[in-house]
Amino acid sequence: MNLKTRHLLLLLCTSVFVGGCNNDLPETVRSGLVYCSEGSPETFNPQLVTSGTTIDAISQQLYDRLLDIDANNGELIPGLAQNWQVSDDGRVYHFTLRSEVQFHQTEYFQPSRTLNAEDVVFTFNRIMQKSHPFHQQGGANYPYFQSVDWADLVKSVVAETPYLVRFELSRPDSSFLSNLATDFAAILSAEYGSQLVKSGKLSLMDSLPIGTGPFRFKEYQKDVLIRYYRHKNYWRELAKPEQLVFDIVPNNARRMAKLFTHECDIVAFPRVAELGLISKRADVDVQESTSMNIGFWAFNTEKPPFDNVKVRQALAYAINRDAILQAVYFGHATAANSVLPPTSWAYNPNVEPQSYNPLQARVLLAEAGYPNGFSMDIWAMPVQRLYNPNALKMAELMQADLAQIGVKARIVSYEWNSFRRKLGAYEHDSVLIGWSADNADPDNFFRPLLSCSAALTGSNRANWCDANFDNLISQALLTADQNQRRSYYFAAQQYLAEQMPLLSIAHSQRFQAISSDIKGVKINPYGGIALANAQRDSK
Amino acid sequence: MIMYLLRRLFLLVFVFIALSVFAFSLAYLFPGDPLQNFTGLRQISPEQYALLTSEYQLDKNYILQYLAYLSRIFSGNWGMSFSSQQPLLQEMKMLLPATLELASYALLISFFIGIPIGILSAIKPDGVFSKLVSAVAVAGYSIPIFWWALLLIMLFSLGLGWLPTAGRIGVLYEINHVTGFMLLDILLAATQHQHEALLDALSHLILPTLVLATFPTTVMVRFTRDSILEVWEQSYIKAARAKGLSRGQVLYRHALRNALLPVIRQIGLQFSTLITLAMITEVIFSWPGIGRWLIDSIYQRNYPAIEAGLLVISTLVISVNMLTEILHTLFNPLARKR
Repeated sequence: MNLKTRHLLLLLCTSVFVGGCNNDLPETVRSGLVYCSEGSPETFNPQLVTSGTTIDAISQQLYDRLLDIDANNGELIPGLAQNWQVSDDGRVYHFTLRSEVQFHQTEYFQPSRTLNAEDVVFTFNRIMQKSHPFHQQGGANYPYFQSVDWADLVKSVVAETPYLVRFELSRPDSSFLSNLATDFAAILSAEYGSQLVKSGKLSLMDSLPIGTGPFRFKEYQKDVLIRYYRHKNYWRELAKPEQLVFDIVPNNARRMAKLFTHECDIVAFPRVAELGLISKRADVDVQESTSMNIGFWAFNTEKPPFDNVKVRQALAYAINRDAILQAVYFGHATAANSVLPPTSWAYNPNVEPQSYNPLQARVLLAEAGYPNGFSMDIWAMPVQRLYNPNALKMAELMQADLAQIGVKARIVSYEWNSFRRKLGAYEHDSVLIGWSADNADPDNFFRPLLSCSAALTGSNRANWCDANFDNLISQALLTADQNQRRSYYFAAQQYLAEQMPLLSIAHSQRFQAISSDIKGVKINPYGGIALANAQRDSK
Repeated sequence: MIMYLLRRLFLLVFVFIALSVFAFSLAYLFPGDPLQNFTGLRQISPEQYALLTSEYQLDKNYILQYLAYLSRIFSGNWGMSFSSQQPLLQEMKMLLPATLELASYALLISFFIGIPIGILSAIKPDGVFSKLVSAVAVAGYSIPIFWWALLLIMLFSLGLGWLPTAGRIGVLYEINHVTGFMLLDILLAATQHQHEALLDALSHLILPTLVLATFPTTVMVRFTRDSILEVWEQSYIKAARAKGLSRGQVLYRHALRNALLPVIRQIGLQFSTLITLAMITEVIFSWPGIGRWLIDSIYQRNYPAIEAGLLVISTLVISVNMLTEILHTLFNPLARKR
């Protein structure tokens, strides 16, 4: 058949619509996978961001880390580091690297060597050393590492032999290993770095990525798609999809439509209200997992009357959380008794759950000197987040609850960037916001949220600096004994329940909708989604 | 005739100058710093600022600034897009063919379906077929296009699952951008799975083309029909009939030629509507064309992109208008003599 007649036949074929003609699809299409994501990534370097959208798209696909987190039980498992030793004083860590780990071979970079200690040093020095050639790229902003005080904690990273790296810390920190296992601690290529330095195109480091992960970068069209191909020399089992495409579809309804027409194999963040509709269909499944997150209501504890612990407790008693769980989370969340989710090993089951008791609330208010109530602002964040899918609705429900005890609440909202800026300047009375954990370590819920240093940087939404509490959570970091740590965290949770700088509301579940013929994909509760094992069931 | 062409050309130049003055002044009328609006650079360091100001002649008077702007337009330096920080001209080269592809298929459909149906329904103006065509044409003419598009998506994509809802081709097909016209690019790309890709691209084309073609087709049907009916009343038709020519012969030799002349002009007039409708269609079907891009740019306050987009689209519409006008004159002996 010559080309012309073939094309004619094809046209005929389409005119009776698709189907029946596409049995010999090319391999890249047949085993290709389409993940429909909710937004464009900001960068292709995980060090520079904390946004979940970006991390989902880049981290697990393009990179590996020294350590990984076992998605089933939250334990640390070897990644690029085969094994590791900690010195007795907890200040020196040695990591033995895996040999024969290949970097990506792409049109813009051909690696001449495999991974070695130099790459690890290059990666972490970029964060810490101002003299590092890439430190200033992207505005010298490393949000996750800044939030855990990395530059202060890590004194040096040294390559002792080609496959042995030594980290020296300024103090023991039991969350250090967990930080290395987060999606942000991806290992970059030093050789690629020096090639870019030679050609003077430093900014390409973060837009044309090179890593060791299961996929290599092919192309990115902003607001349209990201295309990856399988990394053929991957050190672990090769990725199942030959091609992986992130189709960027910000509109929720359109993403659902694409799932139903099978233009998408996996859809991120289906709207909770639509889950019923999805579960009715046989060709798509809904996956869920309890995520490490917390939605809360934080009081600005430096502002009267919220500096009074009785007022905070009264407000906590006034809120009907069951109604909120139904109306805002549609029942797809568990009520929070602590900032820690129940799945964490440090969760304190003995903390009394906050009850709904308007009478008790009135009594406490009277004791605090406000028998007739007062008026206050509730700041509701303007965006939808996993931990709080609809802050405005939540604020309206709380407004009604507060009216019952004589407190007049006004709902305030700004555009997201100014909202966060004003929050950082502590202009609010109280705010509905939350936190998603980046690793399984309980410290991730305490230090970035409620410590004094977080109050200084503006990320402590309760503006709460309490010496007792700070002492408890720093003590917990200094020891590596898990039982001892647990007892410190138990005490910290008890103390929080008494002091009530914030009211924990819910731990929500994360959802994704997936074509039922795709196997091998699970939601990872500790970070970005991994798609290397996704496979289409051949029927 | 040459004088006529020169006059048209002169008019075109004049309109273009007016347009470019408008686009130029937008940089001042939009909020923000004019230098940022011209260059599209987000952050400009003080040294860079001074350098660019003199390069863009922003320290001179408005006329010199405008001339510098014109020379930049012609040399292809259109500035950057605020949101992507890519050169605008390059983005335009990616996007414009997508819109043109969609619009030209819709125009072709309106031609090859609209005109024959118009002729057929003019043969027996009081017949059942003619009445039916009129009714359908009025419905198609007045239906809001976004609603129509959503209906079709509901039926063919979500209900029956036959056709995709968005894009130009399945995202798993990697087609190199050569001409920007998808079907042509697929034929040029020498992959062994060309025909699957072609099939996929065609299935992506069906719904948007259908939606976009609806309005111009119905206009074409109504216009052709009315035009033929009008010509049919002329005395030279009666004379031809009286001489014994058959209905078909009269239609072909005398009626069609005269009736279709105004149709050519109609294409030019319809083109601006078509482009507007193409924007809506692109948004609904996530078609990566210039219309969707322009609307996104408006949402994102991407001023350099809005300026460049307006300039390109209006120049396109005016050129097409002018072209059809000239074609009309070429085909029409009466107008030619004038």
